[in-house]
Amino acid sequence: MAMETVLSVADARKRFAANTALDGAAMSLRKGEWLALLGPNGAGKTTLIRAVAGRVILDGGTIDLLGQTISNGQASGAAAVEARRNLGIVPQDLALYPLLTAAENMMAFGALHGVPKAELKDRVRWALEWTGLNDRAKSLCKTFSGGMKRRLNIACGILHRPKVVLLDEPTVGVDPQSRERIWAMLAQLRDEGASLLLTTHQLDEAQQICDRITIIDRGKTIADGTIDQLVAKTLGKGRRVTVSFEPPLPAGAAVPAGMTLNDDRRSVTGSIQDVANELPALLARLSTAGAKVEDVHLERPTLHAVFIALTGRELRE
Amino acid sequence: MLKHVPMMLWMAWTSLKRDKVVLMLTFALPIAFFSIFVGIFGSQVTGGGGMSKIKVALVNLDASPNAQRFVDALKKEGGLRIITTVGTDQPHTLSREDAENMVKDGDAGVGLVIPEGFGKDFPNFAFGGDGGDGGAKAVEILADKQRDPVAPQVVAGLMQKAAMMGAPDLMMENGLGQFEKYAGALTPEQRAAIDQWLPQLREEVRENAAATQPTTQSSTASGSDAGSAFEGLVKVNVVNVQQDHKSDWEAFVSFQVAQTAVMFLLFSMAGAAGSLLDEQENGTLERILSSNLGMGGLLMGKWFVIAAIGIVQLAVMFLWAWKPFGLPLFTAHHLGGWAIMSIATAAAGAGFGMVLATACRSRGQLGGVSTIVILIMSAVGGSMFPRFMMSEGLKKAGLATFNAWALDGYQKVFYDNLPLWNLWPQVSVLLGLTIAFMLMARLLARRWEAM
Repeated sequence: MAMETVLSVADARKRFAANTALDGAAMSLRKGEWLALLGPNGAGKTTLIRAVAGRVILDGGTIDLLGQTISNGQASGAAAVEARRNLGIVPQDLALYPLLTAAENMMAFGALHGVPKAELKDRVRWALEWTGLNDRAKSLCKTFSGGMKRRLNIACGILHRPKVVLLDEPTVGVDPQSRERIWAMLAQLRDEGASLLLTTHQLDEAQQICDRITIIDRGKTIADGTIDQLVAKTLGKGRRVTVSFEPPLPAGAAVPAGMTLNDDRRSVTGSIQDVANELPALLARLSTAGAKVEDVHLERPTLHAVFIALTGRELRE
Repeated sequence: MLKHVPMMLWMAWTSLKRDKVVLMLTFALPIAFFSIFVGIFGSQVTGGGGMSKIKVALVNLDASPNAQRFVDALKKEGGLRIITTVGTDQPHTLSREDAENMVKDGDAGVGLVIPEGFGKDFPNFAFGGDGGDGGAKAVEILADKQRDPVAPQVVAGLMQKAAMMGAPDLMMENGLGQFEKYAGALTPEQRAAIDQWLPQLREEVRENAAATQPTTQSSTASGSDAGSAFEGLVKVNVVNVQQDHKSDWEAFVSFQVAQTAVMFLLFSMAGAAGSLLDEQENGTLERILSSNLGMGGLLMGKWFVIAAIGIVQLAVMFLWAWKPFGLPLFTAHHLGGWAIMSIATAAAGAGFGMVLATACRSRGQLGGVSTIVILIMSAVGGSMFPRFMMSEGLKKAGLATFNAWALDGYQKVFYDNLPLWNLWPQVSVLLGLTIAFMLMARLLARRWEAM
């Protein structure tokens, strides 16, 4: 049975003066899903998230949230505003009041997001627990470490129990420990039924954690699917293979076709499509060339490889 | 050690010329202030020679030709601007009461009342200074000595000069009369020679008056104005029209507290409104605007909070002026007037801060721009020097500033002790400014809205 779509963007278009930020981008997020939105810098990710949040008015295209059209190229109406109450937004900036305590920041943003007064204290108590900031509830935000601010930043966006959460780089600039903690927090949110859309530059984490990946580049969606689907679509069933050997291949020795001899002349790297048939032939050719094989390393294509294959660029370019 | 100085100079200059606000603060603000200071104090130095004239509400109760000649001489004084009528549609000749009210309201620097019978003994050569020897009648100078202690003295001096320049023939006649009274009659030959010379003297006066516009010297006043008559060519009696009889100290404090409070209110309002720019910089503005709060709600909320801070600040200032400095704050009239003016002033001040904050692109820019705008507004609007010291032109320019209206209102409450309904022009303007400021801020804030 097809999962229910909670957020969909179709043919989103937006120009800022001469700059085309969105050029037909599309994406969909299903209920309870964890979707990574990837793209090089300037690809249009933030514009897309801001359009969903109502902070950018699209020139064309539609955005549907929980069955309600919230953007169709015009300024949002009352129904769209109402629908957006189910949206939680966690910006990349640490958008916090430095002279308020953790609890006070939560109270402020909870109230602004419409958490009823009667529930606010309970929600703040829950969020302090959730973020592990209980001990620092009464400390000024400006005294927090980067990781603590990140956690507080996330908490301030979800106090009103949104069904859909948009997270823009939720783990940027934090140490691995804090990142672990943040992913654990987000996993808890998903377990409670929230659908998460996040942008990240941590490709390895996106690959491990997200159910699905959408890649946009130059304002267009260029790929969408699970990591396996993306690999199959872009790199096929091929595997990256590295064969190490001794002694180094002598100058003038023939390098097997499709392989690249590495600088130390003690290993070759390349891609093979059919492991069962092509790998023995490769080893035989190396042996014939005088190489005594010591190690063989087979690698499944990573999201990083997929990304470069699709965009021709590194994520941070 | 100094080899890097040229590079540092180049770096500093390049940065400076690209920062328009700092450039303004460095060069334009001192020039603006210099010009304003010259405009204000220059008129004091020159005694009004062309820059500032003392506005005199003149009431002539004597129909005699001599009195008229004195009035004409006064009108020719470069340092005085003589007003003899009131009303625009149907102007009528000023009465004593009109003149007194004009002085009380600050519409005239002083009032002059030339009494009936003044011309009979003009100029006055009576000696003794007791004013009661049957000599010339004294001209009354109606003045608000606490608001402007200088003007009555200057006007008294200029009256002596006008008498000297405008009526030398009368001086000679009266002078000789006094001489004959104490030294004996002139011989027929002496009398005939004088009678022959007097018409010539009168003709010279007429010719001189037509040919020259006299330049004004600040004062030739003799004696003091200590509320009593003093002798001279024109006897003068200075009457303080300020009925409240408040002490000079109270008057001084009431001026000072309002001037200081309004200027610093503007600084604090601009600073508080700058939280919008902090929020823009750290991303909380984006976050807030993504919440249930729209731009209109955000601006109104900010305005309300900032205005409340302003009212509290004004309360602290006036309480401080009350307790250690003796401002009479706790009377129903003063407290009510303070509340009306402080609410209107803080409302407009908060709106003004919102305009500055929404117009600026960063906190740094706001700091520079608000310093320039507020200091100039405060100088022109009366927060640094009382407006009565300024020329008419500067006074009018002052009305374009927020400060002038706020200060006029506080002055009506604490200094003039006027009934509170008299505050309607100031309150109307301040509330009108509040609405205008908020509409302007709303327009400027569109850059933060969804686009």
